[in-house]
Amino acid sequence: MDIQVSIQPEDFDIAELQAALLGGGAGEGAVATFTGYVRGSHAGQALEAMELEHYPGMTEKSITDIVQRAAKRWPVMSARVVHRVGRLAPGERIVWVGVASAHREAAFAACEFIMDYLKTSAPFWKKEFTGSGAHWVEERASDVQRRNRWS
Amino acid sequence: MAVRIVFFASLREQLACSSLDWEGRSPQETVASLREKLAREQFPESGAVLLADTVLAAVNQVMAQPEQAVADGDEVAFFPPVTGG
Repeated sequence: MDIQVSIQPEDFDIAELQAALLGGGAGEGAVATFTGYVRGSHAGQALEAMELEHYPGMTEKSITDIVQRAAKRWPVMSARVVHRVGRLAPGERIVWVGVASAHREAAFAACEFIMDYLKTSAPFWKKEFTGSGAHWVEERASDVQRRNRWS
Repeated sequence: MAVRIVFFASLREQLACSSLDWEGRSPQETVASLREKLAREQFPESGAVLLADTVLAAVNQVMAQPEQAVADGDEVAFFPPVTGG
């Protein structure tokens, strides 16, 4: 199982990442991917920017652990996660998850599982900047509920 | 040897501290007792934010429960609920 996790300020190239998932030519029949973007508004207010903070070391380990758990549940052949940190503008990419498997069922499920756990247990924190100031984003109960479907 | 303490996000801002080396460890120290001591002794003004129910902790970069023991040389992190993705 090939797992790669990258936390970086720079943007990423989705086509390149997806091609790298299939590098081994090991019989992958399906790739499922998810891309997350910075939304342009929060609670009706226009968003000017977002800052993402992480816990260097723990964040990488936490995501690797999530991917390994997904690989125990579904026959995942390779998986990559890229998450950006630092200051981002509306419309910019934040996160990308790609999973390759022999069949689509495992690829879809593992990709969703990884995102649901990443959102609720990987140490990242978002701060939003609007015309009326800055605030830290609060945890959403709906994200926790989505994650709990898997247990 | 000290315990390395780190804070993130809103906690880091409210405590005006990103990290410190804590020398006051007692033999039976846990995450919970450490958190109370820090709030009381290290941050007498702003420490209440550290005691909020929602605050999470990690020891050596693995999520930790309040009763987990803390040893010399450990890195203990306190932070608010995570909001990545």
